[in-house]
Amino acid sequence: MSGDNILTVEHLTMRFGGIVAVNDLSFGAGHRKITALIGPNGAGKTTVFNCITGFYKPTGGALRLRRDGDAEIALERLNDFRISKQAKVARTFQNIRLFPGMTALENLMVAQHNALMQASGFTFLGLIGAPGYRAAEKRAIDLAKFWLERIGLIDRADDAAGNLPYGDQRRLEIARAMCTEPTLLCLDEPAAGLNARESAALSELLLSIRGEQGASILLIEHDMSVVMEISDHVVVMDYGVKIAEGTPGNVRDDPKVIAAYLGADEEEAIAVMESGS
Amino acid sequence: MSVSAPDKKLATSGPGIPFILKKAFISAAVALVLFSLMIGIRTEAGPTGQLIYWTRFGDLALLVGAVFGGSIVIELFRQWLGPADMGQLIPPSVQGGLTIAGRFVAPALLIFTLLVPVIFYNQRYILDLAILVLTYVMLGWGLNVVVGLAGLLDLGYVAFYAVGAYSYALLATNFGLSFWVCLPLAGLLASLWGVMLGFPVLRLRGDYLAIVTLAFGEIIRLVIINWQSLTGGPNGVSGIPRPTLFGIPLTPGDDGLAAKLGIEFSPTHRIVFLFYLILALALLTNWVTIRLRRLPIGRAWEALREDEVACRALGINTTTTKLTAFATGAMFGGFAGAFFATRQGFISPESFTFQESALVLAIVVLGGMGSQLGVALAALAMIGGFELFRGLEQYRMLVFGIAMVLLMIWRPRGLIGHRAPTVYLKQAQAISSDLVKEGHG
Amino acid sequence: MDYFAQQLINGLVLGSIYGLIAIGYTMVYGIVGMINFAHGDIFMIGGFIALISFLVLVSFGLTAIPVILLIVLLVSMAITALYGWTVERIAYRPLRHSFRLAPMLSAIGMSFVLSNYSQVAQGARVKPVPPIITGGYTLHEGAGGFVVQLSNVQIVVVLTTIVLLLVFTWLVARTRLGRDMRACEQDQTMAALLGVDVDRTISMTFVIGAALAAVAGMMYLLYYGLVDFYMGFVAGIKAFTAAVLGGIGSLPGAMLGGLAIGLIETLWSAYFSVEYKDVAAFSILIVVLIFLPTGLLGRPEVEKV
Repeated sequence: MSGDNILTVEHLTMRFGGIVAVNDLSFGAGHRKITALIGPNGAGKTTVFNCITGFYKPTGGALRLRRDGDAEIALERLNDFRISKQAKVARTFQNIRLFPGMTALENLMVAQHNALMQASGFTFLGLIGAPGYRAAEKRAIDLAKFWLERIGLIDRADDAAGNLPYGDQRRLEIARAMCTEPTLLCLDEPAAGLNARESAALSELLLSIRGEQGASILLIEHDMSVVMEISDHVVVMDYGVKIAEGTPGNVRDDPKVIAAYLGADEEEAIAVMESGS
Repeated sequence: MSVSAPDKKLATSGPGIPFILKKAFISAAVALVLFSLMIGIRTEAGPTGQLIYWTRFGDLALLVGAVFGGSIVIELFRQWLGPADMGQLIPPSVQGGLTIAGRFVAPALLIFTLLVPVIFYNQRYILDLAILVLTYVMLGWGLNVVVGLAGLLDLGYVAFYAVGAYSYALLATNFGLSFWVCLPLAGLLASLWGVMLGFPVLRLRGDYLAIVTLAFGEIIRLVIINWQSLTGGPNGVSGIPRPTLFGIPLTPGDDGLAAKLGIEFSPTHRIVFLFYLILALALLTNWVTIRLRRLPIGRAWEALREDEVACRALGINTTTTKLTAFATGAMFGGFAGAFFATRQGFISPESFTFQESALVLAIVVLGGMGSQLGVALAALAMIGGFELFRGLEQYRMLVFGIAMVLLMIWRPRGLIGHRAPTVYLKQAQAISSDLVKEGHG
Repeated sequence: MDYFAQQLINGLVLGSIYGLIAIGYTMVYGIVGMINFAHGDIFMIGGFIALISFLVLVSFGLTAIPVILLIVLLVSMAITALYGWTVERIAYRPLRHSFRLAPMLSAIGMSFVLSNYSQVAQGARVKPVPPIITGGYTLHEGAGGFVVQLSNVQIVVVLTTIVLLLVFTWLVARTRLGRDMRACEQDQTMAALLGVDVDRTISMTFVIGAALAAVAGMMYLLYYGLVDFYMGFVAGIKAFTAAVLGGIGSLPGAMLGGLAIGLIETLWSAYFSVEYKDVAAFSILIVVLIFLPTGLLGRPEVEKV
């Protein structure tokens, strides 16, 4: 029901030349819920993300964002950076996009750019060292410290982001997204390349983000342990269309979903399931 | 990997004499073909206008022999060094010492610079050279904002220099405005032009950005040459007034500064004044840049260089970020241009060619992009070095070009191989240049 | 109308010369991603070599123009190709895996070296030659007395360009080298893993680019009757502009861009002003790039997010 949803995707279509990457996709992401978008490779999941976060302009359909008490925002009409700035939608990337030549702390400071720009009077107040700006900068550093502690990287705050181990980089990217204080956090394969222990830590982090920060989370993921453990709602895509939707349990047993992942026929999947093997 | 004590066994320990000789022969053969016509034969327009030529086989043989010998020397040198690369020429113990000493280089250099007019008071040549070096240091710092911090490849920086110079020149000669009034105006006009440059290049990447900035530089130069009614064309603008110390001219007369101070007038006064003027302007550029780096706009510039897509995802307006980078860099270029005009008293389009843009870019890249100290050292090395080569006359540009190539091969990421973070919790750790991106425009 | 037709012819001829140089720029950019600033000066060296070999041949008593021209063509292509090879070996190969600006600055340095080298070696003054190919055809005599002419030189330039383009297109599409070049353009590492000699392929790219530039230099000499050490820089910028206009990395784009720049330059000089012809060319480049950020025939880059 759209009333409870922070994000409502309606008949989203994305065409690249002759290829239809996403075809008439509709689903909702609940308020303060974790929604997972899963499906085999090439199903169009990252394309959906790119449409939501403004990197592609959808060929058709609507993307409605409704925050607490606010009016609805039509995401498909906003330009890329405005989606983060005004609609408060943050994202991470499939291939980590940190600022490798900057320290972990600096990465988190860049995320607070807009707040700091305002406080610095668009630089001029900052240039003359006005106290208002210095207080804002201190607040920003405190927020960065908070997140660094949260992800266990406070001791590596001054290390170059490019030097951090892979798992730390993934978490840093999430922390950086959270420093923009978003209401909707879109994560593109946050568990990719993580081992079991790191995946568990990630699940815990995401659950606490949902609980403490009250952010809604939309994530693309292949790691089923993470998906099953933390998702409130799962949407399954294949070849650009939605093939199933529901709770993790429902989706896991859906023969269409199994068929899509196995590359098999739906009938074969049902047969396999019924034979109990 | 450190270099152990050099093994002086030379040819017997490496691939051996036959290999070296073979390489030398090939190099000499290539040289022979390359130089055969260009060196071996010398053409010239003859007395009756048609082309005549004569041979210089002696010179040709000499050069080919030099290539042969040089090739042997280089091969021996390479073997003597062992498998370590050129960057490891300095043993680690010395390197450690250098890093500690490095912290004192900047302040020491500054103190020395402040005292230059005192030390070299009677050597007009040195003072002029120092003024020239400082002008390029300022230009380098200005371009550093665009190329080094924001990662936007600007090949036409000379355009802003020209706008600044001509703005002051024309405002001063046509409206009689003083230098101090024109200086901010020159900066303003230059940064307006920077914003105008910024708009078309917003969507361009890397090399497309480069050629458009180059085109802008050339357009400015061509307009200056051809709009004769405004700019005087190839004849330039002359009679540009010299700067005054807030209205008091530096002339020998009774209203001059010397008379007011009660000291004897000397033409060196004006040179010293100009020196401190450019030093002040350069230090202003430096101070503003360092402060901006610590402000959100500076961090946004560097983030833009690192990853533009991530910037957009964080809500940063990359359009305004790019435009402010261009505008700021242009403004400093404009200031430098105004200074140039007042120092020379005369400007012409010949001073604003692509070679100037290339030179400033070389200074920024050689300095180690984004490093203020590096840019200053690079300017000193290149401009100072260029002056040193003055004795070589026509071979000067040749040696300069070779030096550029060699420097790039030796230190592709510049003299200063690291970046200093702008904010830290416990300790500022220098970030190696290998991690820092160069930007994709 | 006749005047226009004449300008059209002139523009296309000039554009062919630019196109030949532009192909070298775009090939190198496609395969190693660098702007070869020294390429314009390679064109200049090609012109000089053509001039000198021509002088030497004439002084040996050869009089058959076609024979002389053929020998000059081959000699200047060969020697200039060696220049291109040498420049790549010395100044670019050590920097191949470095970051983008280092080879660009090395190229700028190399450009200074080459233009200064020819200045030192041959003197700073312009070298004129009497017209080598003379005569032509009158295409049309207009009512106002204006004669539309097509000179033999112009025919030679255009024909040579067409032949070279055909040979070159065949080379890229059909030969092993061409395949290797295309492979290296797309993915150098993978090509190396599959057995392509990447170093040699890149060297050959520079060599071919230099050879084409040499032809352009010789055509320039025939068409304008002079060479000077500065011509490389000016022509280089214009040819580079042409390559970008056409879409850098695209071979037909380079030729198209070259023709476009040649036409713009000629038509603007004819109808508006000679002084601002270069401003016109650059301005059109900027306008095109505003609407087509990757040039006329360039492949639009879709950034993978």
